[in-house]
Amino acid sequence: MAEQKELRQRAEAARAKAAAIGADLDMSQYEQKAETHQSLSEAELCDLPAQERQNLLLSGVDVSGKDRGGTFIMKDASPLHCSSKQEGVEVLPLKQALEMHPWLWDYYWKLVEVDADKYTAAAELDLHNGYMIRALPGAKAIQPIQACLYMDQDNIQQNVHNIIIAEEGSELHIISGCATGPHLEKGLHVGVSEFFVKKNAKLSFTMIHNWSEGVSVRPRSVATVDEGGLYLSNYVCMRPVNSLQMYPTCHLNGPGAVGRFYSILVGSPTSDIDAGGRVILNHPGCRAEVVSRAITNGGKIMARGHLVGNAPGIKAHLECRGLILDGGAMLAAPFLDGFVDGVEMSHEAAVGKIAQEEINYLMARGLNEEEATATIVRGFLSVDIPGLPPQLQAEIDKAINATDEQAM
Amino acid sequence: MLLIEDLQVELAGKLLLRHVDLEIKPGETHVLFGPNGSGKTSLLMTILGMPGYVVKNGRIVFKGVDITNLPIHERAALGIGMAFQRPPTIHGLKTRQMAAICAHGRPVDVEELASQVNFSRFLDREVNAGLSGGEIKRSELLQLMAQDPDLMLFDEPESGVDLENMHLVGETIAHLLQKDKEVFHANGNSIADSRRKRSKMGLIITHTGYILDYLEADSGHVLFNGILSCPSNPREILRCVAQNGYQECVNCMVPLSAHLLEELPTANAD
Repeated sequence: MAEQKELRQRAEAARAKAAAIGADLDMSQYEQKAETHQSLSEAELCDLPAQERQNLLLSGVDVSGKDRGGTFIMKDASPLHCSSKQEGVEVLPLKQALEMHPWLWDYYWKLVEVDADKYTAAAELDLHNGYMIRALPGAKAIQPIQACLYMDQDNIQQNVHNIIIAEEGSELHIISGCATGPHLEKGLHVGVSEFFVKKNAKLSFTMIHNWSEGVSVRPRSVATVDEGGLYLSNYVCMRPVNSLQMYPTCHLNGPGAVGRFYSILVGSPTSDIDAGGRVILNHPGCRAEVVSRAITNGGKIMARGHLVGNAPGIKAHLECRGLILDGGAMLAAPFLDGFVDGVEMSHEAAVGKIAQEEINYLMARGLNEEEATATIVRGFLSVDIPGLPPQLQAEIDKAINATDEQAM
Repeated sequence: MLLIEDLQVELAGKLLLRHVDLEIKPGETHVLFGPNGSGKTSLLMTILGMPGYVVKNGRIVFKGVDITNLPIHERAALGIGMAFQRPPTIHGLKTRQMAAICAHGRPVDVEELASQVNFSRFLDREVNAGLSGGEIKRSELLQLMAQDPDLMLFDEPESGVDLENMHLVGETIAHLLQKDKEVFHANGNSIADSRRKRSKMGLIITHTGYILDYLEADSGHVLFNGILSCPSNPREILRCVAQNGYQECVNCMVPLSAHLLEELPTANAD
């Protein structure tokens, strides 16, 4: 209890603390109180309005639960649905999980600093809810768990805290779709996520986000990976957004641990995106990769990447590639910090345009100029992600294809 | 039919093709010789419609349509296709998908086509990514097979191909151009019949003439300093160039087209 009190005190002190990077949002403009929504059974979920279901589907969340090992859906501040069909995988709303499992407090705010900025502070002081997803030791969850954070009430500030635990030797895949309701014009999503990947466990976390022009987003994510573990984080954001700033961090805390970040971003004219990935390699044999593919057609995108080599025999690579298609700004900031002998880290960054030669080549095969351009853009955005289950790769491909026209 | 009349072409302000007349009838394959930099690739690029190649004079007619100013994809739709010598890499696009693009909605068995050109193991690779010279040739052939155009342009199909694959490349091109080895079929069609039914047209750039071991070309031409001349038996041209170099072509052309060659410097045979 003393610890909980201390957390609140630290959060209080950081209530007005601006974040290190990103636009400083005025949080008083958003509504903190949300209407309560009734929880729904799976059958009732399927009765949601078609447009809502479609929005969810675009984010990879299928309300029918087909091909999914479990589902968590939170609408505004209320968990709508929570279920797990997979043995060895626990899915709970975070508040309920903290009541049921006192040990979970040992994970709460263990990786993300509660007083990092005013957004983390808000997630402590005015927490709505979030989820806990945990794979028990040795559990191999073949089907992905889908988690959805849905914003429907106009001008809401949604405060979320998630804890994801892959216990020793387990395998867990999560697809996290965020979307907004058709009538929402403005809003702020604050999402704290803490990932614990234990020894020899494998965790993939795929985010497909469909925000809207008036929505600002402040995810705050940190992962820790023990010996032989793998953390794979994929972020796809191709729809318009207002201000999005995130710099998820992964600490590789055991020999042979692996961390990978992949981001696929499209910057529409309203969008101000500052996204990246940071991996800290603390033990020999750790591996990391941070890959970003970004296209702007009028928006501003800053693609960051940061690798920190603290042990010999680590290997890591950073890749930021951007295209400016129709105005806007594309910035790349790759950082490499090596602190000992025997680290191997590299980066490549490129900002450019579509090569006319490639368009001509495709036109000689029969495509018109628009089709050729779209094909090249799709190719540019499609990244093969090793270790990702095929159905999740398919969700990413689907998102890329669905937003094709918007990318043009 | 492809008909080119008095074609003059500039690239970046430089006159590359000075005078080109060419006629390729359905069923015919023509071979194009000429030293490096003589404008052979430019001629193919101009027929294909690549931007940058500016037609200053003359016209190109294909299947009765004046295509001189048509964009590339409309020429492709009319049935013009090319096997590029140095095609670009397309990241994120698999050769399998590219073959489907080439087929333009027609059902094609990409696996089967790939196995014909020994390319099956590259189908899921990005188009041209990390391919050797010979592999690029086979990738281009695969794409042409899927596209199935009526006029096929080949830019040095032998270059970079090892001996083992030369056979494969040669036979495939012969097949695409309906110039396979002729054997009497039991289906009752005479060889003369099948010759009459040939519809594909080909224009092949070659330095070595190896391709002539696999197909009989109907005519050869020499392109020299932007002037196309000497339509005759391709083997004869090849032998003559091998013995005398391209200098002899100049000597031969001077009395015929002195007015075109007035400003030319003395050319080196190579």
